[in-house]
Amino acid sequence: MMKEILTVSALNNQIKDLLEAGFVLLWVEGEVSNLRRPASGHVYFTLKDEKSQIRAVIFRSPFAPKTPFPNHRPVFDLEEGMSTICRARVSVYQPRGEYQLIVDTVEPKGIGALQMAFEQLKNRLEKEGLFDAVHKKQIPFLPERIGIITSATGAVIRDILTITHRRFPSVDILVAPVRVQGSEAPAEIIQAIDQMNAIGDIDVMILARGGGSLEDLAPFNDEGVARAIFRSRIPVISAVGHETDFTIADFVSDLRAPTPSAAAELVVPMKQDLIASLENLHHRMFHLHRRMMNRFKERLNLLRERLKNPKRRLADFRLFADDRLEKLQRIFHHKTQGRKHDLIRLESRLHQVCPLIHIHDHQFALDHLRKNMIAETGNTIERFNNRLCSLTAMLDSLSPLAVLKRGYGIVRRLSDGEIIRRADDISLGCDVHVKVLSGSFETRVTKIYEE
Amino acid sequence: MAKEKFEEALDRLEDLVRKMEAGEMTLEESLKAFEEGTRLARLCARKLDEAERRVEILLKQGEDLVIKPLPGEDREC
Repeated sequence: MMKEILTVSALNNQIKDLLEAGFVLLWVEGEVSNLRRPASGHVYFTLKDEKSQIRAVIFRSPFAPKTPFPNHRPVFDLEEGMSTICRARVSVYQPRGEYQLIVDTVEPKGIGALQMAFEQLKNRLEKEGLFDAVHKKQIPFLPERIGIITSATGAVIRDILTITHRRFPSVDILVAPVRVQGSEAPAEIIQAIDQMNAIGDIDVMILARGGGSLEDLAPFNDEGVARAIFRSRIPVISAVGHETDFTIADFVSDLRAPTPSAAAELVVPMKQDLIASLENLHHRMFHLHRRMMNRFKERLNLLRERLKNPKRRLADFRLFADDRLEKLQRIFHHKTQGRKHDLIRLESRLHQVCPLIHIHDHQFALDHLRKNMIAETGNTIERFNNRLCSLTAMLDSLSPLAVLKRGYGIVRRLSDGEIIRRADDISLGCDVHVKVLSGSFETRVTKIYEE
Repeated sequence: MAKEKFEEALDRLEDLVRKMEAGEMTLEESLKAFEEGTRLARLCARKLDEAERRVEILLKQGEDLVIKPLPGEDREC
């Protein structure tokens, strides 16, 4: 089989790929030795244990100034011989065919363990649900008696007493002195919590201690203490003076105060504020009540006022009735007067036109007329007679009859009855009517002679 | 009535005043509200100006527990 011959760099490349793929980010424990800090700010050292060693490097972060652990808590400085736990990944430096660790986090071994233990306990309790919000009890707004579990000496208890007194001087306090550091601390804290619950009239408890290192706070990361807090029927405010980090007690307590004095501020309201708001409420209520009473009184008066009305209305009605009656009478009187006048007037007119009077008058006139008539007629007759006589006389003289006696005749045109006086009044064939003294006769014109 | 908590009393009082402010109360309701309001106010006031506090310490004497006034507690602190 053809030997496949690799170049050194190809080989190193393959080793690099193999190694780097093989190891993901890992934690490794070991002791620091041949620590070197060149000007570049990177840190070179070897990590070793009893049997073997490995090279390691911590690169300076490009952003930070020349400090070895720019982005970690500067918990400590790396020292020769320090046993540490490092988080790193494996890398191969081909040119020299060497492999090494690129470290990004270093922790002192001792503390690391504690931290690890803390993490593990925290996760376990969390899974059990000790931290669930549903179990968190309400902190009473105004407790009547506060239990304080802390060391009997030191600033913590004094601060809490001072602050609570300033804010609300009449709230009772019961202090349970306990160790807050060292291995016996947890037991004492647990006992204090249970005792407080036993007493019964404690409304809220503060579990407090001043700041300290991770070891100092260990009691507050103790499982027993955590369970005691959890089973306490009394709400627990944890006030471990370590602003940044949370202890297990903080997670399981009902309220976490950043510091003991903060806890004191939280646990009691300001008495003055309460007095002020109470007075305000009381004042508002009193004022409202008075105003409401006035409004009701007003309405009552109004109604009472109108209540009288029926009587008055009765009076009104009476007045109204009288008034109407009076008016009626007046009108009636007026009307009757009017009627009377009319009557009188009518009577007088009647009287005037009374036929009786007229009758008399007429009789009188009649007599008068009769007399005149008679007289007149007499005269007229007389006058007529005279005229008649004269006329007849005239008539006789002119009477055509007389003429007729003498044989004349009156000739009339039959058509129109006109008397014919001249021959040319008529024409041939014309019918005429001739009146003679006695009787008359009709003839037709046969001939006309001109004079 | 159960030991009325200060906070419940204050809330109840606040509620009453708000109802009275709303103004839709009949005469009886407003009288009752005023009466209860006064009682609540008196109760809260009493809680506020109760006597000076008791500060005690829980001590173990042998097996049993004993509560003693805290010595030298600077009351005016």
